[in-house]
Amino acid sequence: MAVLELDDLSKSYGAVRALRSTSFQVRAGEIFGFVGSNGAGKTTTMRITLGVLTPDTGEVRWAGRPIDHATRSRIGYMPEERGLYPKMKVGEQLTYLARLHGLGAAQARSSMERWTETLGVDGRRDDEVQKLSLGNQQRVQLAAALVHEPDILVLDEPFSGLDPVAVDVMSGVLRDRARAGVPVIFSSHQLELVEAISDRVGIIKDGSMVAVGGIDELRQVGAPRWAVTTAVTTPVTTAGDDDTAWVSDLPGVRAVGSEQVRRAGGAATRVEFETTHEGSEQAVLARATSRGRVEHFGRVTPTLTELYRDVVSAEGSDDSPDDTDGDEATTEVTS
Amino acid sequence: MSTAGGRTPTPTNTPTTDRTGTAGSAIRLVAGREIRTRVTSKAFIITTVLLVLAVVAGGFVLNLVQSSGPEGQRVGVVPSAAAVEAPLEAGAAETGTDITVTEVADEAAGEQAIRDGDLDAVVTGSAGDLGIVVESDVDGALWAVLSSVNQQAALDDAIRELGGDPASVAADVSAAEPTVTTLEPEEEFDPARYVTGLATGILIFITLMTTGQLLAQGVVEEKQSRVVELLLATIRPWQLLTGKVVGIGAIGLMQVALVAGSGAATATALGLVDPGELDLGATAAWVVVWYVLGFLTYAFAIAGAASLVSRQEDVGAVIAPFTALMMIPYIIGVSLAPWQPDSPLVAWLSYLPFCGPLIMPVRIALDAAAPWEIGISLALSIAVVPVLVWFASRIYSNAVLRMGARIKVKDALRSA
Repeated sequence: MAVLELDDLSKSYGAVRALRSTSFQVRAGEIFGFVGSNGAGKTTTMRITLGVLTPDTGEVRWAGRPIDHATRSRIGYMPEERGLYPKMKVGEQLTYLARLHGLGAAQARSSMERWTETLGVDGRRDDEVQKLSLGNQQRVQLAAALVHEPDILVLDEPFSGLDPVAVDVMSGVLRDRARAGVPVIFSSHQLELVEAISDRVGIIKDGSMVAVGGIDELRQVGAPRWAVTTAVTTPVTTAGDDDTAWVSDLPGVRAVGSEQVRRAGGAATRVEFETTHEGSEQAVLARATSRGRVEHFGRVTPTLTELYRDVVSAEGSDDSPDDTDGDEATTEVTS
Repeated sequence: MSTAGGRTPTPTNTPTTDRTGTAGSAIRLVAGREIRTRVTSKAFIITTVLLVLAVVAGGFVLNLVQSSGPEGQRVGVVPSAAAVEAPLEAGAAETGTDITVTEVADEAAGEQAIRDGDLDAVVTGSAGDLGIVVESDVDGALWAVLSSVNQQAALDDAIRELGGDPASVAADVSAAEPTVTTLEPEEEFDPARYVTGLATGILIFITLMTTGQLLAQGVVEEKQSRVVELLLATIRPWQLLTGKVVGIGAIGLMQVALVAGSGAATATALGLVDPGELDLGATAAWVVVWYVLGFLTYAFAIAGAASLVSRQEDVGAVIAPFTALMMIPYIIGVSLAPWQPDSPLVAWLSYLPFCGPLIMPVRIALDAAAPWEIGISLALSIAVVPVLVWFASRIYSNAVLRMGARIKVKDALRSA
């Protein structure tokens, strides 16, 4: 099975190290979600894959061979900075791009027709790109990435600025392409979306991959997390420390946090904890039942957003000096 | 968790190379797009139409100016004065006066012809006693010629009366002309040549200027709209650059050929130039050759410079050195060169790359350039093109993906 391998990529812009030995693989037919803060190195990685940038070290391979110019023209690319000729008609433009990628005139034309239909912009073929709404321009941009029937898809922020319907169309197209055996790499700040459609995820931070794998695999990273909810018959005192103390003093257990759950029948306390030894959670369960009625006890599966926060904040927040838009990144990620 | 873990990827499409275009087809596609886009643009159509109109109209104006000069005299001769006809024509040829002689039946018919505007004058009487009938006043040149013919006739009569031979006397008299030795022969001023030289200089300059602008705007348009990243993901920078240069160059060539061709055709149709004196076809061909060289010289330099900026507003400033460089030979080419095509300044500039393509064709039109001079100029201009292509490609490749502030040439050359 063909694999797209990004192997030990490094790239510096002057004193700024944008990529440090970044490596990961995307298999044919797999959707790979690529996440990371702004300035973490996603766009640089994608540009290197497309040959738009040359890495300082490392190489990108497809099916075991370094990607050359011929292979590169078989990649469908959606750059982060959207770009089409503003004064060129949609149909003409897509046909031109298909031909630049090596399709014959008739083939290019029929492919343009098919993709404009699939993406719902077939009524705008004779309009100049600049006359389209931003959402439609985005659809044309995706059509530009797909019009030459690429063997590999590299999409930088394909979902940004799309309305919910367009998000569905885009997700559908990515799934469909993957089903056809195309490896798909896409970057996004919308982590729920990444979680929903990716087979595997890579998290990049300061130019290094900090986590790569299936989301289920990533969930296994670090200590298992649990939650126990017990009904509280007597109102707890104001001191919150007491809520977790009964958990924390057990061996191999670390309390993560607690919250009061109020509802019609009274109140309950939910405590989250991590276990460092297998089986420690059983001791917690035993103690919980002795304290009161256990309403819920179970494993907590973190969402990608939580995983992302853990991974990205794990090694401290040593923001590199170039990371000037860090604030923006945080808000986008947590939204 | 909704990842479809059980999805089985279908066998992959292995990379195919058979559908991938070669460098040549990429350049052809880019050039084709440039030509299609520009040829249908209003600016290009208007410029071309105006230039063609200018040379055609210029030809007609020149024609009017030339024919309103010393006007040709249509002279009628009555039968009694028929003997005057030959000496009149000879005298006219000698003094450079344009006189057409026709015979009229009699004086009355001649007078009628003058009133109708068919004749300017009618010669009556007979040799030695000639009369001239005109509408209002006698043309000076005609008067001089007729006087001389009349006097000659009177003189011949006198010589015959004295027993001499008028013919041998006339031969002796005409042989008695003083011999003239010119120390500094005056340059013969040929208005047709002058106009051709001027038109050549202006045409090459305007076309180089407009195509240079188109190219610079095209480069920045791709950069500003960011489409360049999409393009460079499939074709190489040098292919994109070459395609643009070839496409816009072809448009310019079309324009030059159209204008030079219609200029030459107009001049030939109106008989403005003496084909023996000035070969318009060759001049037009030289214009095309020099346009191509000039375009190659300036196009790569301008495209490289334009790739340093990211906004159309900055295009003017970044290509200013090259437009200024075009202005110098242009101004000298149309102001000084037509009058002094051999002045050292004109000659030296016409050898240099960047200047030669704008001045040498003017000198060629003026027939002032020796073949070796044309050879030097061609060789130098051609030699500089590969160097410019190398520099421009390097700058373009390094700068075209860098957005934002204007990039320093030094940085663009350095970074790989």
